[in-house]
Amino acid sequence: MEIKLNINDSMVTGKAEAGTTLLRFLRENGHTEVKKGCGEGECGACTVLLDGIAVTSCLVPAMQAQGKEITTIKKQGDPVIDALKESFVNHGAVQCGFCSPAMVLTAKWFLSENPHPTRAEIREYMAGNLCRCTGYAKIVDAIEYASKTIESFAKIGAR
Amino acid sequence: MAVKTKEKIVKAKETQQYHVIGKRLNGMDDMAKVSGQIVYADDYSMERMLHGRVFRSVKPSAKIKAIDISAARNHPGVVTVMTYKDVPFNRAATSAVGQTASLGKVSEFPRIVLAEDRVRFYGEPIALIAAETQEAAEEALTLIKIEYEDLPGVFDIEEAMKETAPRVHEDSSTNVHSHFGLHQGDVDEAFKHADVIVENVYQTQYQEHAHMEPESGVAWIDGEGVINLRVATQVIEHYREIAHILGLPESKVRVRGTLMGGGFGGKEDMTVEPYIALLAWHTGRPVKLTYSREEMMYGRHKRVPYKMYYKHGATKDGKLVAVEAKLIGDAGAYIYLSHWILLYTTVHATGPYFVPNVKVDCYSVLTNNIFTSAFRSFGCMQPALGYEAQMDALAKALRMDPSELRLKNYLKTGSKTGTGQVIESAVMLPQTQEAVIKALGPKANTTKLHIKVGQGFASGWYPYGRMCYLHDTSSAWIGMESDGSAVVRSGIPDLGAGQRESLRQITSELTGVPLDKIHVINADSQLTPLGGTVTASRGLLMSGNAARLAAEALRGQMILQAAQMLKTTESDVDLANGEAFSKRDNSNKIPISALVKAIKGQGNPLEVLKCFHAPTAPPVTDVVITGQIFTDFTFGSQAVEVEVDTLTGKVNVTKFAAAYDVGRAINPKRVEGQIQGGMTQGLGFAIMEEFVENKGIPENLTLRTYKIPTSKDVPEIKVIIFESGTGFGPFGAKGIGEPPVVAATPAVMSAVEDAVGVRLRKSPVHSDDLFNKIKEQSGK
Repeated sequence: MEIKLNINDSMVTGKAEAGTTLLRFLRENGHTEVKKGCGEGECGACTVLLDGIAVTSCLVPAMQAQGKEITTIKKQGDPVIDALKESFVNHGAVQCGFCSPAMVLTAKWFLSENPHPTRAEIREYMAGNLCRCTGYAKIVDAIEYASKTIESFAKIGAR
Repeated sequence: MAVKTKEKIVKAKETQQYHVIGKRLNGMDDMAKVSGQIVYADDYSMERMLHGRVFRSVKPSAKIKAIDISAARNHPGVVTVMTYKDVPFNRAATSAVGQTASLGKVSEFPRIVLAEDRVRFYGEPIALIAAETQEAAEEALTLIKIEYEDLPGVFDIEEAMKETAPRVHEDSSTNVHSHFGLHQGDVDEAFKHADVIVENVYQTQYQEHAHMEPESGVAWIDGEGVINLRVATQVIEHYREIAHILGLPESKVRVRGTLMGGGFGGKEDMTVEPYIALLAWHTGRPVKLTYSREEMMYGRHKRVPYKMYYKHGATKDGKLVAVEAKLIGDAGAYIYLSHWILLYTTVHATGPYFVPNVKVDCYSVLTNNIFTSAFRSFGCMQPALGYEAQMDALAKALRMDPSELRLKNYLKTGSKTGTGQVIESAVMLPQTQEAVIKALGPKANTTKLHIKVGQGFASGWYPYGRMCYLHDTSSAWIGMESDGSAVVRSGIPDLGAGQRESLRQITSELTGVPLDKIHVINADSQLTPLGGTVTASRGLLMSGNAARLAAEALRGQMILQAAQMLKTTESDVDLANGEAFSKRDNSNKIPISALVKAIKGQGNPLEVLKCFHAPTAPPVTDVVITGQIFTDFTFGSQAVEVEVDTLTGKVNVTKFAAAYDVGRAINPKRVEGQIQGGMTQGLGFAIMEEFVENKGIPENLTLRTYKIPTSKDVPEIKVIIFESGTGFGPFGAKGIGEPPVVAATPAVMSAVEDAVGVRLRKSPVHSDDLFNKIKEQSGK
């Protein structure tokens, strides 16, 4: 069937079978920035925002995204994503980079729920996104720093 | 020396001021990575591309009585189904992955591309499928009809060593494929004079690499008949092996390595390469193959599990007098790198200690279990579980502080290892030990009666650079552009640890070209000079030194010209920030671009190709290993604090610290990242990770059943970096990719013992196991 959805502010129409996952739909429609790490909802590498909420797109049928808004890391002009990306780079939170886009999106989502998390809360929220390179230390640093600076970053971004 | 915790760098001696080296730089690829702009292996597609799949054995040991591929081949959308009969050369050609040095005897148990008349492990590849769609390929897998006849298998390493055991390779006289040993002095005599002897058995498990990016690649034939592979690999030199399998000249196979989503040794042996190459060659069309997570679990190697018998003797004042040990590793059904891993295990079996009398025997044994091969810290973290526990046991028996006992026995600069190799670089074990213990601070208080808190530490060693007998080389090319920018070409792949970044920094430091004006091209077997494998913690030592040599040659030419143009002496000239300047008078300067134009104007293209040669040694041909085996070693210590819940046996790691002498931290931010990541893999090995097989049948094939540490499982980590400046890498650097995995597991075991008085000698910690031992203990 035909699926129409909003990906990063542009309307995309494509075909999907009944069993097609949102992950596969996105990757086959040019959004290879969304990664497949396990296909079973365990690693979090395929995380996107579905109407602002972080989901593992490998577990979401593409049809469920019909008419919805999808945010991937390539969304332009989002001050929170931009602040997180910059903080990840500045804190050395990126090694192989395979999990990084999904980490940023998960962080964006939970910062919208809890804008000033403690380090323990960051660890709690991020536990669904696996990283095998960093030991999470610099990822927690990056998110903590971003959470403290995002408001001023947003102001700059809004100008 | 002032030791500061929390990621502070402790410099052994202040050396010259560098312009770029030692700076906390952002990675050159990091913004592109976090922005989703990197095209990883599976992100790449081509017109008319087919989808490949591998049909694998579901029997650990069986004869293939019949195989019928006709239904699969006739299935709509299927383009080809291949078996071993379609493979030009089905046996591996080399036992020296990524090297050219002649090693004499090639393995007697060759790897096979596709199974012939029998299978030797669950997951062994039997047939290849290429189809128009993923679905068609998937369906074709179910249409292959195969008839097995079960054969007796062998799944226990000690059973496999027996004369009566079934042979994994029926033509061979034994399942023991490799045996190495250490022999110094006379252990029997020494034990007679020892005041205390401790003897224990240790055991480690299978560990899965669990890199986030699955194995993947695309192969195609270009217009000139060259077969191209764009693949996630740590070894682009596999093009030679691929050419052998296809019966092509090596010049007709080109491997382009992608930026990898992690490797850790999982992409060191060939993974998808022979399959996509065969399918593309057979169909004439591009073929992509990406492993599923399940296939990664059962179709690719694991860390070698070991059983280890250790006997240590010491005098009452705490001096080690003898170590006798027998270590047995499970190679699985085929030898990939088991032979070399065993050699690493043997060399490091006695730990970073001076032992006058040593008798060590290590065996690698074939079984019908999953095959084992490279994994970060390559055979050196398993013995650490044993030798560090033995040091703790000796300390206990001697009523001595375990840190004091170690201080009496640590190797020093000038000490001889168990092979007789003399350590030439700094050995900062006392300093790293002191630093990690200090970093933990006092034990946390707990008000809960069932929670016990304990602390422990361990030390470890690991070589950087491959074995000297491989005659390792690495080449790099650097060319200056007339606008003062530069291009670096090196074959070294980048698995996410910052290999490309190091080359850029080294080039910038020596040529004065700003970092953002240097472009690094890497990992193309036909367009970049071969840099060797990104394995063995050799990246910086080898490709870093190659880039250093090339950059130094350019620097010499540039300084000569600059001295003339600045009307000063060569020794007064320095290059930095895009300028050549007089050190005495900073205002006397010219842009690098003007310098380069002047030199190029004289007909000198200002481009240099250099090859770095590692120290060499004769091949290891005897069972007993002697002499120089490695270039050098990295030393360090780790400490942990744990909480043990005595009601459940669950262990929670609450503090974690590591200190390493890295020689020189080229980019301290990267060094910390390597240490934190390595420690965490060690932590996972200690408390949660275990790939389980029951009589050769794998039991946990998902990340739901094979758990790796999440952000909740890892505590805050303190890293202390020492810089002795004595390494053999550029600017005195040592390798730090793999060493941080080594000491974590024994440190955890030591902390658990401190908390509840129970020493576990088997990894990982199973909570029910620990709970029962705690109960036993309290019942005594």
